[in-house]
Amino acid sequence: MIINHPLLGPRDASEFVVLGDASLIDRPNRKSETAARDFYEYQYLRNNPAGEHRELWFHEQGDRSWLVVTRNTLTHKITHVELAREFARSQGRSK
Amino acid sequence: MRRYSIVVAHKKTSIYPLCSEDKLRYSAFNILKQALTGHNGWKPAWRNPEPKPEYDIIIVGGGGHGLATAHYLASIFNKKNIAVLEKGWIGGGNVGRNTTIIRSNYLLHENEGFYEFSLKLWEDLEQDLNYNAMVSQRGIINLYHSDPQRDAYIRRGNAMMLNGADAVLLDADEVRRKCPFLNFDNARFPIMGGLWQPRGGTVRHDAVAWGYARAADQRGVDIIQNCEVTGFKIENGKCTGVDTSRGFIKAKKIGVSVAGSSSRVMAKASIRLPIESHVLQAFVSEGLKPVIPGVITYGAGHFYVSQSDKGGLVFGGDIDGYNSYAQRGGMPVVQDVCEGGMSVMPMIGKARILRMWGGIVDMSMDGSPIIDKTHIDGLYFNGGWCYGGFKATPASGYSFAHLIATDTPHKTAQAYRFDRFEKGGMIDEKGMGGQPNLH
Repeated sequence: MIINHPLLGPRDASEFVVLGDASLIDRPNRKSETAARDFYEYQYLRNNPAGEHRELWFHEQGDRSWLVVTRNTLTHKITHVELAREFARSQGRSK
Repeated sequence: MRRYSIVVAHKKTSIYPLCSEDKLRYSAFNILKQALTGHNGWKPAWRNPEPKPEYDIIIVGGGGHGLATAHYLASIFNKKNIAVLEKGWIGGGNVGRNTTIIRSNYLLHENEGFYEFSLKLWEDLEQDLNYNAMVSQRGIINLYHSDPQRDAYIRRGNAMMLNGADAVLLDADEVRRKCPFLNFDNARFPIMGGLWQPRGGTVRHDAVAWGYARAADQRGVDIIQNCEVTGFKIENGKCTGVDTSRGFIKAKKIGVSVAGSSSRVMAKASIRLPIESHVLQAFVSEGLKPVIPGVITYGAGHFYVSQSDKGGLVFGGDIDGYNSYAQRGGMPVVQDVCEGGMSVMPMIGKARILRMWGGIVDMSMDGSPIIDKTHIDGLYFNGGWCYGGFKATPASGYSFAHLIATDTPHKTAQAYRFDRFEKGGMIDEKGMGGQPNLH
C-alpha cells in the first residue's frame, strides 16, 4: 500500500506503524459519571467495519507524524489522508 | 547442562463411545467391497437439505468450529433439530486456509487447560468421526536463542505439564539431532535449544470440516449451504430467529461461530465486539521429499514451518497489521516471513513458493478467544480466535455446544467471557495490552 502523506507525498506503508480505528482520538472525559464504562468502550470495543475505515497511522520511519488514513478494508484502497492534528481540530478539538 | 525436562506419558483414553448410528461406515471391508463393485456405491458424505421453518438450535457459520459445535451438540449433548447455516460452502473459510498445526503449548492457565483438552479431542477425533483426518503427531519445537528465552520456555513447559500436557526441554545438540539443517551458528541468534511438545503436529484441515460435517449429518443435523444470515429477530431482549437469504428461520437458541466476520454478523444484532479483523498470510512451497520432522517455530523472528503429506513446506508468520476483510495481504509481510525462514533454515531458499494466500482472522483485544452468552437471550457467541483457531476446533466446538446446551461454560472455557475486558481479567499470552495487531 502507498500512503499519500500530506507533507511528504507518496510513501510506502511499511514506513508506518498502524494503531487502529481513528476513534481512539476521541478520548472520553475522565470526570464523567460514566467514565469507567466510557473508557472500557473506548479502549476495547470497535466497529470493525467491512468497507470504509478511518484509522491512525504513525510515520515512524519518516517524519513521525500521526495521520488519519481513510481506507477501504475490503479493497485496501486509500481514499483520503490527512494529518491527525488537522482531523482532530476539524472534530472540534483544540489541539 | 542440567536437564529440566520430564515427559508425561499420555494415556490414550476415549472420552466418548464410537458413533453407533453411522449408516455407511468407512472401513477396510467397505473399501474392498466398493473396489470390487466399481466404486459405484459411495454416496455423498452429507445431505443437502432445504431449510425447515423452525429449529431448536441454529449454528451460524459452517466452518470447523460451527460444524464441530453441531456434531458435539448432537453426539454428546443429545440435542435434536439442529441446523448449521453457511453463507458459502462448508470449509471454505479459515478451516481451509490455515497452516494445520495442532499443539497445546500455552503459558497461561486459562488457555493451557482448554488447548490441552483440544489436543486430547484431536487424538480421538478419527475414531469419533469415523473419518481419516490424518492427525499426525510429529511434534512441535519452539526454538530458543538466549538464556532468558530458555528460562521462559522452562516456565511454559512446567505450565503445560501442570495442565496434563507433555513438554520436553531440548538443548542445542538434541535439536541438532532432530533438525540438522537449521542455522545453529547464527551470530546474532544462535539456536541454544527448544521446547518440544511431542504430541503436537498437524491435521489435514479440509478433512476436519468434512469429517465433522459427515458425522453431524448422520445424526440428523441439517447443513444448509449458500444460506447467508442477514439479520436477527430480537423481541423483548430475546432472539427468536434469523433472517436469511433463503427466508426467515425460527429458532430457540442461536450460536454464532463465524470468526473473521464476527463483527459484521454481530453488528446485525447491534453488538460491538472487542475484535478487529486482520489478514493473516500463509505459504506453501513446491512438493519436496520429507525434510522436516515436525513443526518448527523460530524464536527470534515470527516464522513457523511444517511439511504437508504432499511434501510442500507450509509456513507463515505475522499478520499484516491493519484492519482487512480482503483475504489477501501485502508484500512487506511476505518479505518478513521469507527473511525469517532464511534466517533459521537457510535451505528453504532452494525451495520455490508454490502458493500464498490470506485469511481473515478475529484479532481480539488480548489475543484470546470468547465463548460466551450475549446480553440477548438465546444468542450465543464464539469468536476472537486470532491466528490460532484451527488447533482449537474440537474444544471450541465442544465448549460452545456445552454452553448452548447447558447455559453454563465448559470447565476449560470459563475464562473466555465478554466481561473480562471490563473487569480486568485479560488473558494476554504475549503481554501486549489491548492492541489487537500486536498479539
